[in-house]
Amino acid sequence: MSSIVSPPSDWCRAPAGHERIWLGLALGWCLVLSLMMPFWHFKGKQNSRGEAYAVKPDAFLARAEKFIAANKVGEEKQGPNVIPIVEPPPGGDAYLVARMWSWNPIIKLRLGQTYRLHLSSIDLQHGFSLQPLNMNFQVLPGYDHVLTLTPTSKGIFPIVCNEFCGIGHQMMVGRIVVE
Amino acid sequence: MSAIAIPLPSGLREVAADRGRLCATTGLPVCAVAQRFIKLNAVTAVVFLLVGGIAALLLALTRWQAVHLLNAEWFYRIVTLHGLNMLIFWILFMEVAILYFTCTTPLNSRLFSEKVAWVSFGMMLVGAVMVDVVILKGQADVMMTSYLPLLAHPLFYLGIILVAVGTLIGVFNFFATLYVAKRDKTYEGSVPLVTFGATAAAIIAVVTLLHGAIVMIPTFTYSMGWTPAPDPMWYRLIWWGLGHQSQQVNVCAMVAVWYFLSSVTVGARPLNEAVCRGAFILYVCFINIASAHHLLVDPAVGASWKIWNTSYAMYLAVLASMIHGFTVPAGVEVAMREKGYLRGLFGWLTSAPWKNPGFSGFFLSLVIFGFGGGITGVTLGTEQINIIAHNTLRIPGHFHVTVVGGTTLAFMALAYYVIPLIFQRDFVGRKLARLQPYIFGFGIVLVALGMSFAGSMGVPRRSWDISLAGAYGPAAHLMLGVVGIGGIIAFAGLLLFCLLCVGTLLFGESNQGRAMADWGVAQPATGAAPVRLEEHDHNATKGTFALALIFLACFAVYYFANWKALADVWPVK
Repeated sequence: MSSIVSPPSDWCRAPAGHERIWLGLALGWCLVLSLMMPFWHFKGKQNSRGEAYAVKPDAFLARAEKFIAANKVGEEKQGPNVIPIVEPPPGGDAYLVARMWSWNPIIKLRLGQTYRLHLSSIDLQHGFSLQPLNMNFQVLPGYDHVLTLTPTSKGIFPIVCNEFCGIGHQMMVGRIVVE
Repeated sequence: MSAIAIPLPSGLREVAADRGRLCATTGLPVCAVAQRFIKLNAVTAVVFLLVGGIAALLLALTRWQAVHLLNAEWFYRIVTLHGLNMLIFWILFMEVAILYFTCTTPLNSRLFSEKVAWVSFGMMLVGAVMVDVVILKGQADVMMTSYLPLLAHPLFYLGIILVAVGTLIGVFNFFATLYVAKRDKTYEGSVPLVTFGATAAAIIAVVTLLHGAIVMIPTFTYSMGWTPAPDPMWYRLIWWGLGHQSQQVNVCAMVAVWYFLSSVTVGARPLNEAVCRGAFILYVCFINIASAHHLLVDPAVGASWKIWNTSYAMYLAVLASMIHGFTVPAGVEVAMREKGYLRGLFGWLTSAPWKNPGFSGFFLSLVIFGFGGGITGVTLGTEQINIIAHNTLRIPGHFHVTVVGGTTLAFMALAYYVIPLIFQRDFVGRKLARLQPYIFGFGIVLVALGMSFAGSMGVPRRSWDISLAGAYGPAAHLMLGVVGIGGIIAFAGLLLFCLLCVGTLLFGESNQGRAMADWGVAQPATGAAPVRLEEHDHNATKGTFALALIFLACFAVYYFANWKALADVWPVK
């Protein structure tokens, strides 16, 4: 029967032959796909739990400024702006403010230490994209998105914005330095 | 055209002729009202395809860093234009045309209401033009997703609401026609598979468009200053109920087109109606939780929510695609073997009518969608793997082989039959038409490969310039060059398609009263006696089975390679 005419009345039949084997294989593969995620959640080291807290943009900015004042180790001139360089205590909290079109501050981390990195925006949505590792997380205004992060390689890691945030979007580049 | 001639009970002939005509090629009845709106919607769809295509070329030539054609302002404006014209307008207008066809001709029915069809078409057209004008005036540089708190001109949201409601009204016309056909007993037994698939698409479209209304109405009232700002995370959650599910409408419609074209080009029939229909039902039941695919690295949604929703409840919708990916080529294989093409594993495939753009377009769509779009989609949509993919060029790399290499190419292939059968004009430039699916398919695969590799190197999507970041080396730039070249080739294929369609409508020879000019459908092999294979001959589909095993192997390699890549980045939770 063609697919553009009504089928004969006895069309409801169990699959057989190759089709039946393929159905079994496909279903089995789908089970593998679904079990991989809970497996990695418990056994893997990279997960996105979405840990977040409600925060008003100005409150987040105030927390970040307090964090910068307490842990500042230097600063860097970028055009008209001066961006502070901040080294949070190992095992402690770090704050990163996203705004059109900068990441503030530059954060220095120690290899092998674990930090709680707080991400939020004070204007539009932004995308935290750590290069060249290519780790990506969403940054929203009103949400303090907490990543528990352990750097395992040294170097300079640019933070690119990968959520469109206006005409200067492509200029929004920050930095994490691991020593 | 013996492959598509279908006998009709004599009682129905007079009825059918009364409200339209009998197709001289297939013998099927064509409702005159439905025919008018299939024409209107299809032509409008092709106009929006051309607008979106020109936008695509400009974007490809801008992201190719060595060319870098547009300035930043116009780049972001054109990304917005491209997304809406391609993903929403071209596809929705085409889908309304497909719905009107599938509820009338295969059911020997008339379209429920001409007035309703006018209202639907008018609202969609006004809305779409409104959106395009607002974008080009520079009042909606917000991308297709228009994520709050980014705000566009109120007419942008109003235009989208008009398109959505207009489509919903067209879908209502479809359901009303199904009801009338059932009530008037214009057909016997169950609806044909193509109509069943279109019905699944229509059901998903209703759910999708309701999400659109829920998210766009408060956004519109906010943009007017009447109500407070909706929460940005709430917006993302509901918007993707529109954004992702609408792609599932496309998948459903595309699969229905695959079944249709495999029937008319090689005479394929569904291997097992119950399996094919069951797979469509899986789409309807499980696709609506796919919204989560876009929120996998978002704050405030937890791991268990992400895992359950991203796997569409144990990947049952992926299972549906894997079923169609098997049953469609299996139907082709059985039909070809019955015609006497029995040689080896793939003799049926190499002897298929590859010069028929209806066949080549549909089969390329099937392969590109499955091997390209399916494998990447499931992998990128895995909760943890999304960490190394979210908002990079890997994402458009994925959906350019689902929506473009899959849906758009299938709809183009369909046009090679819609225009001769519904507009009753034979194609001009038939030699070029035979090449068109290959040009377009090749171009779009290049685009997707370039995007996917660049995205693996961390290159963001929707970014005007990556040189400012200082993070990307020559390999990433090379891959953006591949996107540029692929974009030029794909655009050439698209332009050729539009020119052939318009040229045929203007200058094509009328085929009224006779069969359409044959593109070359599969004929029985010389010297072979036609056979009727057993319904479930164990060896009948061994070629398809081998292809399916190759597919599964590719899938597994790509999937686990991505887990390995994920394991190499910093621990994070």
